[in-house]
This record gives sequence, structure tokens and C-alpha cells, in this order.
Amino acid sequence: MSAGIAPWLLAAPVALPLGAGLLMTLLVRGRSLLTLVAGTGVLIAVLLLLDVPVGTRLELAVGGWPAPLGIRWHLDLLAIVFLTSTAVIALAVALFAALHLSRSEPAIARHFWAPLLFVWAALNALFLSADVFNLYVTLELLTLAAVMLVTLENNQPAFDGAMRYLLVALAGSTLYLLGVALFYHATGTLDLVLAAGAVPPAALALMTVGLMAKGALFPLHAWLPPAHAAAPAPGSALLSALVVKAAFYILLRLWLESAPNHDAGRILLGLCGTGAVIWGSLLALTQARLKLVLAYSTVAQLGYLLLVFPLAQGAWTGTAFAGGVWLAVSHGLAKAAMFLAAGLVMYTLGHDRIAELRGLARHAPLTLFTFGIAGVTLMGLPPSGGFVAKWLLLTAAFGSGQWPWALVLMGGGLLAAVYTFRIIGAGFGEGPIERKPPRAPQWIALALAGLALLAGVAAELPLLQLQEAAP
Amino acid sequence: MTGVEVPLIYVVTGIFIFLRGLYALFARPHLLHKLVAGNLAASGVFLVIAWSPQGGPPDPVAQALVLTGIVVSVAVTAYAAALLARLEQTSGKPYLEHDPDR
Repeated sequence: MSAGIAPWLLAAPVALPLGAGLLMTLLVRGRSLLTLVAGTGVLIAVLLLLDVPVGTRLELAVGGWPAPLGIRWHLDLLAIVFLTSTAVIALAVALFAALHLSRSEPAIARHFWAPLLFVWAALNALFLSADVFNLYVTLELLTLAAVMLVTLENNQPAFDGAMRYLLVALAGSTLYLLGVALFYHATGTLDLVLAAGAVPPAALALMTVGLMAKGALFPLHAWLPPAHAAAPAPGSALLSALVVKAAFYILLRLWLESAPNHDAGRILLGLCGTGAVIWGSLLALTQARLKLVLAYSTVAQLGYLLLVFPLAQGAWTGTAFAGGVWLAVSHGLAKAAMFLAAGLVMYTLGHDRIAELRGLARHAPLTLFTFGIAGVTLMGLPPSGGFVAKWLLLTAAFGSGQWPWALVLMGGGLLAAVYTFRIIGAGFGEGPIERKPPRAPQWIALALAGLALLAGVAAELPLLQLQEAAP
Repeated sequence: MTGVEVPLIYVVTGIFIFLRGLYALFARPHLLHKLVAGNLAASGVFLVIAWSPQGGPPDPVAQALVLTGIVVSVAVTAYAAALLARLEQTSGKPYLEHDPDR
């Protein structure tokens, strides 16, 4: 099967959005069309790469230069899962923006396409990178593009949120880079796999704290809500669904592939995750604005991902790994759907104050329904992707005798139910609207929420493969 | 100075500069101070990377890392400076707002 797949195909998911993003600066018209064409190209390339048999690692030495001076890209199952889910979400967001943002806010839409493509290219390059220094460079590319998304509204809160984000990211990447320096001097390599078992604890700690700052992982999450809430809706969808997962992706590789024996550190990560679930959910409950509820919900949902680290041990490594990866994918789909729906709420009502959402159930039922369907995944109810993922994590928790983590998983679901029902409940009743929401964009948001729900039904094959492929 | 002490000076100085920069990045309220502090911290890290263990011939990989790191640092600094200028234009002051949620 893989005979037909040339390694150069690995370059397509990075080269297409990067090239299109650069071309964008020359174009006056047709920017959304170029984005959709490049995005479709990425999706096709990623679907072709799905043909790579499980267990093989497709590799590409960029420019023909071998490591260590050259850049080596590789594709394994973890990379392909993130490439695919990113392609689906990014393309849906691009389609939403082409249909809706271009009409409702043309001045913002003009500048949306280049950062979208740069975020996408940086994410794909990050997923394909095999060494800690390339990961650093791709993280920086990602941060710059993501900060551009925050600034799009062109007002003071947007610039303030963007600056806060950029400064935390700057501190985070410097810490990470110092960790890379120690990593390299101690192991003599930058490769995550070749360094396995030899990573010094100081390097691991520095890289982890840096990544936690970049990924808004509790207690370094404070920059996320103002930044994510300040971006236009499709930008928030990209930031909350995709950008913050990059740090989790590197943490997964670092802790499971390179440094498998640090039990105390893993428990510490689990405790940070617990703090994120409790603190993020409680703050989500008390917010007055819809977008801030969703942003704090992201803080909470990222906390679950950290529970993978204490749970992925011994015989339960595969189960917890598959559960964590699937939770990241399902949350990405659900949160993108919710932020797009929040954009439609802003359009329909002219604001996003939860106390004044009345009228949505009557005038924008599809949008309110989207919050419900996506909420099923956040709560972890069957048959959603969130349910299957949490089920795997719970199995690992009970199987490995670490039941306290199970309490976090279940308690967080209850809190998610409360803040989701608060949004939906507020939408009923008679209230004034400014204008009718357009039909097609509503269906795109609903389709993403539907995919998050389906991720629980059609998950058997990828989950079995992920369990086997766990490091 | 012997061959062992020279690299140690790089590492100790590098870590000191890194910590000094990181502290100022959080402690100084003026955004331009924060920006310079971030650059200072990164320079400290570059010194640590450039250290070659035996004090022998320079390590080409480490040099490539430092060069790439400087390029990244220049790009981030340029972007942050532009953002700082826009922030000052809109808010009238080169500081961050407190408590953005409220």
C-alpha cells in the first residue's frame, strides 16, 4: 500500500498553506478562494497519507540534508491523527469565514486569511517535526500567527490580549529553549526518540514549564481567556480548538517517548490538570459573556489532557494515551463548533451577554442546538467522542488503581453540564434580535458539533490503533 | 584559564543573564522594558547552547541552533515592537491593563 506514497507528500501539508499565506500579501481579491483551494489541497494530501500502514514511520529529510544539521520530518500515527483533525477543523473554519465573516465584517475578513494559513502551516510542521529544536521553531511560528489572529479586531482589548499572550509565550519559549540546551548537552542529540531515557530532569522541567505557559495549562492559563475572547469568532475557534493543543502534543511526545520514568513529575502534571478542571469550570460558571465562558471551558478541558500523564503507566499506557488523544480531537471539534456558534450569536443579537440571550431558541434554533450537541462532548455523555475518551481514561484510572483521577474526570463533566445548560437555558423565551442569522454558516457549526458526537460512534478503529501505537 | 573553566564561565554567565532577563520580564511594567528583558533572557540561553563540553573544537550543530535562535528572536522582537506601537496608539500608554476580565 505504502509503495505509492512518496515521502515528499509529507511536505504538502506545510508547503501549501505556507505558500498560499505568502501569496496572500500580493492579492487584492480572491483571498478566501485561494485559502479554500490550498486548504482542500492539504485535506487531500492528509487523506492520502492516511494510507500509510500503522507502525511505519514515513520520513523526509527536508532539502536532502540529513540530521543533525538538516531538518528531518516524520509521520507516525499520532502525527496523522492530529494532521487529519486539524485539516477538518481548519477547513470548516475557513469555509465559515468565507461564507460569513466576509459579509458581516469585511474589514476584518481581509486580514483573516494569512494568519489562518500560517497557523495551519505551523501546526502541520510541528506535528511532523521529530526533534526538540524544530519543535521550538514551529512553536514560535505558531505563536506569531496566533497572536495575529488575536489582533484582528483592531481595538484596545484585542491589542492588550495579544500583547499579554505574546509576552507569556516569549517567556515560555525562552524557558523551553534553555531546556533544549540542557537536553542537547546531556544527550548529544536533539531527536526525541534517540534521546529516550537520557533526558535530564532539569531539561524536562524547563521544557515542560515553557510548554505549559504556551499551552495555557493551569496555573499558567491566565492569558488565555482575554486573548481568545478578543479574537473574531473564527479566530477564537482556531485558537481554542487547535493552537493550544500544540503544547499538549509536544508534552505527549516528550513525556511518553523521551522521558518515560518520572513518576513524581507525572503526578504533578495530573495535579495541575485537576486544578485546571476545577478552576476553569468554576470561572466558566461565573462569566457574564458567552465567549469568556467558552474560553474558561477551554482552560478546564485542557486540564483533562494533563491527566493522561499519571494514567499512562505500565499496562495502561495505551488506554490512557488513546483516551487523551481522542479527548483532544473531540474537544477541538466541539469547541470550534461552539466558538463559530458564538460568532453567530454575536451577529444575531449584536452582543454575547448570557443574561440577554432570549430569542435565540426561536430565531436561531440551529445555533442553540449546536451548543447542545457540542456540549454533549464537553460533558462526556454517550455517544460523543468525549464520552469514549473519558471512558478510556476512567478505565486506565481504575485499572491502574489510581481512582482519585476518576473523580476529577466525572466531577468536571458535571460542571461542564452546568455551564452548557446555563447557555442553552438562557436562549429560551421571547426576546429582541437585530437580524436573522444566515443559514449555511449555522450548518457548518452544527456539522462540526455533529462530528464531535460521531467521534464516539466511529472511533473503534483509530482508538485500537492508537492503543497499539502508544510509546 | 584552563580548558575546563572557559565553558563553565559561559554556562554560569548564561544562566545568570537568563534569570535576570526573566525576572525583569515579569517585574517591569513598561512594555519596552519587558521586550528588552525577553531579548536579554534569550541571549543568556544562546550562551548556554554555544558551550561545547570539552572546550575543544566548536560544535557546528550548537552554532546552527544559536543562529536560528537569533533569527527567531529578531522576528519576535520586531513583531512585538510593532504590536507595542499599535497598543500605545489605541490605549495611550505603553502598559498592560490590569484585570482584563472585569
